Amino acid sequence: MSASTAGAAPKGIYHLAGSLRKERRWALWVAYISLVFAAIIFMAPPFYMFITSLKGSGEIASQIGSPWLVRDPTLDNYSAIIFNPLFQRFMFNSIVITLFVVALTMVISILAAFALARMRFFGSQALATGVFLTYLVPDTLLFIPLYQIVGGLGLLNSIWGLILVYPTLTVPFCTWIMIGYFTSIPKELDEAALIDGASWSQMLLRIFIPVALPGIIAATIFAFTVSWAAFVYPTAFVTTPDQMPLTIGVVSQLVRADTFAWGQIMAGALVAALPPVVIYAFLMDYYIAGLTAGATKG
Amino acid sequence: MVADGSHAPGGMASRSRGRANAMQRFARRRSTVAFLMTVPLLAIIIGLVAYPAAYAIYLSTLNRRMTAFAGTLNFELLFESDTFWMVAFQSCFFAITAVVLKASIGFWLAHMLHHIPDKGQRKWRGMLLVPWVIPPALSTLGWWWMFDPSYSSINWLLAVISVPEVPWLGHHWWARIAIIMVNVWIGAPFFMIMYLAALKSVPEQLYEAAMIDGASSFQRLRYVTLPMMANIISITVLFSLIVTFANYDIVRVLTNGGPRDLTHVFASYAFQVGILSGNIPRGAAVSLFMFPILALCAFFVLRSVTRRNKEQM
Repeated sequence: MSASTAGAAPKGIYHLAGSLRKERRWALWVAYISLVFAAIIFMAPPFYMFITSLKGSGEIASQIGSPWLVRDPTLDNYSAIIFNPLFQRFMFNSIVITLFVVALTMVISILAAFALARMRFFGSQALATGVFLTYLVPDTLLFIPLYQIVGGLGLLNSIWGLILVYPTLTVPFCTWIMIGYFTSIPKELDEAALIDGASWSQMLLRIFIPVALPGIIAATIFAFTVSWAAFVYPTAFVTTPDQMPLTIGVVSQLVRADTFAWGQIMAGALVAALPPVVIYAFLMDYYIAGLTAGATKG
Repeated sequence: MVADGSHAPGGMASRSRGRANAMQRFARRRSTVAFLMTVPLLAIIIGLVAYPAAYAIYLSTLNRRMTAFAGTLNFELLFESDTFWMVAFQSCFFAITAVVLKASIGFWLAHMLHHIPDKGQRKWRGMLLVPWVIPPALSTLGWWWMFDPSYSSINWLLAVISVPEVPWLGHHWWARIAIIMVNVWIGAPFFMIMYLAALKSVPEQLYEAAMIDGASSFQRLRYVTLPMMANIISITVLFSLIVTFANYDIVRVLTNGGPRDLTHVFASYAFQVGILSGNIPRGAAVSLFMFPILALCAFFVLRSVTRRNKEQM
């Protein structure tokens, strides 16, 4: 625009500025188009799940019209799923498991991270590396021996067996990012506390936990989402419906071999996915901090 | 070691205390406190990771009923079976294709996000991370319904642009593509977030300097962005390679290994053999095949992370 108003007099440099601006505007267009395209594809499956969950079974079965639209929306699927005693049981199990696992994880990883970040002791470096390595061990590598071990303890088909093994998924990463957050606290703070005669426990409770609170929130969110979404261990260790958490419960129990009640399945899946999504919606910055901390901190 | 309390070793905490017996002093020592604090962590690492890993090796050397030592029989039988080689191929094909796609799409989207004004970025980022937030098993359920042979909503969309119906989960190659699609859909946002964070940490001056030197946008990408991001790219790719290679949820929900066991990956095959068919030693042997590849990736991740930490110090 400026190039055209500048007229024909001094070309060269103005012309260049105009093309640069044009190039930038073009780049912005490409950016927005890609983002809109990606957003449509990324949101389509949850959107379609939502649409299906609003349909009655007659409308789901009919082949006429677009499956992406709902003609007469109904909340029947939601009321059916929420008042389904089996689903309530899954929800209860998931909540109990997650609460225990998050509490255990945070206690274990805060204590360990405090020790590893501030006190050098025999093998502390090796242990920190070991923590990171265990984080890289996927659950599918160990579920067969763990199946034997949990079975040996008599905890198969029990939520307590899951509470026992879930910390292997959460503790290493939480410890790792807590080490990162604790190391970033200036040493002067704990020296000041020591001079004032604080004990280790006071130092941890009065200084480290308050100062590293963002890190603790990020780690808690991580532990929560991981234990809520865990799938391999409950699939392997639990076969009785009344001990199942939501993930495997929705996938295995609501999907009956012959009559697929798709509306209810989708409603169940959405309700089950709601807690992590709500937490993410409200605490997005902490969520992302936890996500990126693994590679950038520690 | 007599309890005169004059020189407590390592003892900032025990300084200025009068008489204390050896036991109390021992408890107050810094390294002891530290060790006690890490005991639960050690218990988890040793009891629930290291011991099971060793136990898996032991299990894989037993016979089917776990009554006698069978040496390498399980591995030999696996090497002879076609299904196993198919599983190995499918695992590698799935992991490599999915990770390459996830990384490229994530890289592209991170750049696009970085381009738009700061105000809008938060909103877009929030929207684009949704696939990562939903528990994978549940979103895969939605995909499964979208791939349904008679009610497929994807086929409906394809029919609008007059593309013939696709047998998504009926034909093994389409099923493999479907599995990769779902995995990319779930994983690409993770790469996007990681690369966006990395892009933001590249100092703006570098780009300005490159601009003044007359670098084109491709040259800026090649000589400024990529070298600055090399480390984070290798960390995320290797990490994702581990997770994708060991993936189980998607295959379990989408195809359960079918059609004709042609879409099994190591994890789902180990599950089928070990837990569902009850041949625990054979299942353990299958899952152990993941170990060398995972160990290799883990080694390189660790190297990149240590290098990165050194750079940041």
